[in-house]
Amino acid sequence: MRIAVCIKQVPETKSVKMDPETRTVIRQGVQSIINPLDLYAIEAALELKERCAAQVVAISMGPPQAVSALKEAVAMGSDEAVLVSDRAFAGSDTWATSYILAAALKNLGAFDLVLCGERATDGDTGQVGPETAAALDLPVITYVNHIHELRDGILKVSRLVEGGTEKLSMRLPGVLAVVKEIGEPRLPTFRGKLKAKSLEIPSFSLETLQLDKSRIGLKGSPTRVVKIFQPEIVRSCEMLTAETEEQTVKAVDSLLAFLEDRAV
Amino acid sequence: MKNIWILAEQDGGQIKSVSYELLTRGRKLAEKSGRKLCAMVFGHNISEDGLNELIARGAERVVAVEAPELAHFLVESYAACMLELIKKYHPEIILAAASTTGRTLMPYVAMTANAGLTADCTELDIEDGTGLLLQTRPAIGGNIMATIKCPEHRPQMSTVRPKSTPQSPRQKGRNGEIIRLPAPAEVNKTRVFYEGFEPDTEEVNLQDAERIVVVGRGIKKAENIKLARELADLLGAALGASREVVDRGWLSYPHQIGLSGKTVTPKLYIGLGVSGAIQHLAGMQTSERIIAVNKDPEAQIFHVADFGIVGDLFDILPVLIEKLKKGEKIC
Repeated sequence: MRIAVCIKQVPETKSVKMDPETRTVIRQGVQSIINPLDLYAIEAALELKERCAAQVVAISMGPPQAVSALKEAVAMGSDEAVLVSDRAFAGSDTWATSYILAAALKNLGAFDLVLCGERATDGDTGQVGPETAAALDLPVITYVNHIHELRDGILKVSRLVEGGTEKLSMRLPGVLAVVKEIGEPRLPTFRGKLKAKSLEIPSFSLETLQLDKSRIGLKGSPTRVVKIFQPEIVRSCEMLTAETEEQTVKAVDSLLAFLEDRAV
Repeated sequence: MKNIWILAEQDGGQIKSVSYELLTRGRKLAEKSGRKLCAMVFGHNISEDGLNELIARGAERVVAVEAPELAHFLVESYAACMLELIKKYHPEIILAAASTTGRTLMPYVAMTANAGLTADCTELDIEDGTGLLLQTRPAIGGNIMATIKCPEHRPQMSTVRPKSTPQSPRQKGRNGEIIRLPAPAEVNKTRVFYEGFEPDTEEVNLQDAERIVVVGRGIKKAENIKLARELADLLGAALGASREVVDRGWLSYPHQIGLSGKTVTPKLYIGLGVSGAIQHLAGMQTSERIIAVNKDPEAQIFHVADFGIVGDLFDILPVLIEKLKKGEKIC
């Protein structure tokens, strides 16, 4: 069995601080990490690797420094890693990104399963998983929280939907986008780190993939960002202190009055 | 005439209410651009009343595609139907809910149709002059808003954040056309099969909730959650949690709010012992009213709150619960 895991490098949000004055994210000196939601996809792949003796290939599209995300995936237990990187890819929206990723996956030969996270914490669209599936003409199941069994090429999974859990089966090959409940991501091992250190990670460029230039980068992206602005959240917080019993009762009364006033 | 379409969702043949929110969005765009508003719905044995309801609430045409394979959402079968309708009707715009269905189907279709798609929009408008759809969405955890358009590719597709607009009201005397179409042959070619559904044992439908009581690390231990649950019950609120609470196993993942959990926009958010890490704020700061109780006056949550109490939640909660029980009602 061959499994591909698609990962993205994103800015580390834990170390991001918000400027309370301007309400913007201070991005200076922010580190890059594997998209936290992609760690669950890596975990799901590695668990399948243990269960079904699979080979796991991590793949990421991004600038050359995204290699560090791939090395981490290898340190966790992935067998191989591939970077998809070219200046011509810059500015790609989810459509163009999925077109490129699908081409890279095809270039790596047939996979039984392609795993990805629910969405990236920066772009927050969750579109690349299903779009890549469509570009590969593969079925996709999103919001997967459990992989139950794989038998005779049929994978049984559960998926979190509004108000409950759906059970589905899928004839492989196919694509899964997984959520956090799939399992706690393992830490990199010492052996894995050694392997990652010495592993040569190939990079696929525009030339490697022989892509249609009109379908990549900004030019190949159907969507255009025309404006970026700060949301106006005008809140002035009414603050009360409840240290003594008397203050507590007063604070609770004010709270109830606030709720009544604002009709919520 | 190229029109504006919405994807109405159904469950067991009944139209889901999120579809009426899309009608509100669609009507505005239809009126501004002088186009018609149409609804598509895929399912099996969809009730006639449901289709009439879509007309009564703003659609001028409703196209229902039906087959047993369409009873439940399966991405390939639904995509085959939507692609067929795109070929037949050449929609200018398609709106779907940013639900688990919309967020799976729309990208699948957009890729094949070579169309532009914007995720989880909170504002939609028509650009003066060009008539293009302006799609505004929060990015980087709600700290910035981005307006996106799709100049050349058609249809222009968006998923729309549920609860970001009211439902379109029913209006008497509205007329419209209902068309029932057989499903395209491709619906049989699905490689995904429906095996069943298990409803949540407890009500955790955070995204539909108008009020949410959220516990953070300040709740200290699993046993204390019952206090928060009691408050939630009194307020008719759903129970949410910060990441720390879920990571410690005090509440299950479907309760988690924030970047790695759910994004919620209730009318009322009450945070109990929630510090307001940026990952959490990203998932709740667009709530209509935000109330926070925290020991630490410097807690980030107060930056986005409308009303805050600095104090020990174990002193404050019992008083609040007591007063609510006594009928010092708020609604």
